[in-house]
Amino acid sequence: MRESTIMKIHYGTALAAVALVAVHILMRMTMNFADSLEYETVLANYKFIPYAIMLELILVLLSVHGFNGLRVILLELKQGRLYEKAVSYGCLAAMFGLIAYGSRTIIMTNMGMV
Amino acid sequence: MAQVSSIADEQSSQSITLRIARYNPEKDNERRFMEFNVPYEKWTTVLEAILDVKKHFDHSVAVRYSCRQATCGSCGMIINGKPRLACFTKISELDSNVVTVEPMNNFPIIRDLAVKFERLFDTHHKIKPYLDRDDTELTSDAKEFMQSPEELEQYIQFANCIKCGLCNSACPTMATDSSFVGPQALAQAYRYVADSRDKGKDSRLKIIDDSHGIWRCHFAGSCSQVCPKGVDPAMGIQLLRGYMLGFRS
Ligand code: HEM
Ligand code: SF4
Ligand code: FES
Repeated sequence: MRESTIMKIHYGTALAAVALVAVHILMRMTMNFADSLEYETVLANYKFIPYAIMLELILVLLSVHGFNGLRVILLELKQGRLYEKAVSYGCLAAMFGLIAYGSRTIIMTNMGMV
Repeated sequence: MAQVSSIADEQSSQSITLRIARYNPEKDNERRFMEFNVPYEKWTTVLEAILDVKKHFDHSVAVRYSCRQATCGSCGMIINGKPRLACFTKISELDSNVVTVEPMNNFPIIRDLAVKFERLFDTHHKIKPYLDRDDTELTSDAKEFMQSPEELEQYIQFANCIKCGLCNSACPTMATDSSFVGPQALAQAYRYVADSRDKGKDSRLKIIDDSHGIWRCHFAGSCSQVCPKGVDPAMGIQLLRGYMLGFRS
């Protein structure tokens, strides 16, 4: 992928995350902060589909943004063909790994597995 | 400390300690400093003080210079911690009794204050620093390429670059990314992309749209702070990004 395309995604995910995290924080203000972390509340949030989709989106946006940011840092730290390939594919794999792990929690809750 | 005696000495009432970094990569393990007591006048430049040392005390000090008037871009070095042209920096303006001169950062050292410019010339060459078009104004029947004052205004500031490398020396990305194209070349990419006579915009933007290209600039802005010709490479980089993000065409 062209570097400019990647960076457009990087800036876009950052902006979208600001908007969605703002909604996320507003939703948390509907109750006491400590109550947000109650077991039952967390389960209810995951089962409320529109909110669960938004959390999933934040997960995807920040994973894409964060791991691309990490790729950039690592590319500037050290150079070399093999190293740079490993960094790019490593970050991509870690990104999919984190998204899969986070999605698993949301999906399992919705399927009544917890 | 060595005392430099010179003709200026007899007339001058002021003097400073000039600390010169000495290092020969073929022989030395580390950099060391030699100190000289140098007389100066209000108008004495750092380069003149170094040449004074070479003339009267230690001719082996390695320093590159040519024009002595901020035109050739040869005499860049770190003066009291900041990248500057030695011929364009007066001792009196430094406001210090000690003047320390070191080779530029982010350049391999040849010896003492002289550094290798290969990387700067390579990256400069890479962005095609010339008008890129098929026709020419050199044949006898051709007309010259006309340009309005407004069109000239678009890039003329960036055409003042003397390739001194001070911007590359100040850039934090240059310090860690050995493949980064650097502020000097990026500013020149903008200089040609913004020239109404040039037709090479797309190919030039493609060259800098690389994993070690324009996107590795993180807006530190130190390049523009140190540029002795007011080129403002950081602004050139942001204007170039405008083309790549679709804000300019
Ligand atoms: C939602 C608010 C955020 C905004 C507006 C934002 C914006 C940005 C921007 C504009 C850059 C590019 C900086 C540059 O090129 O110099 C960047 C880089 C980066 N971001 Fe974010 N970001 C946000 C959140 C995050 C989060 C939550 C993470 C961690 C998961 C993160 C990780 C990174 C990393 C690792 C870099 C690369 C470091 C760098 O280039 O300086 N960002 N961010
Ligand atoms: S942009 Fe300024 S600091 Fe950089 S090489 Fe050109 S003249 Fe020197
Ligand atoms: S000697 Fe030419 S720029 Fe300083």
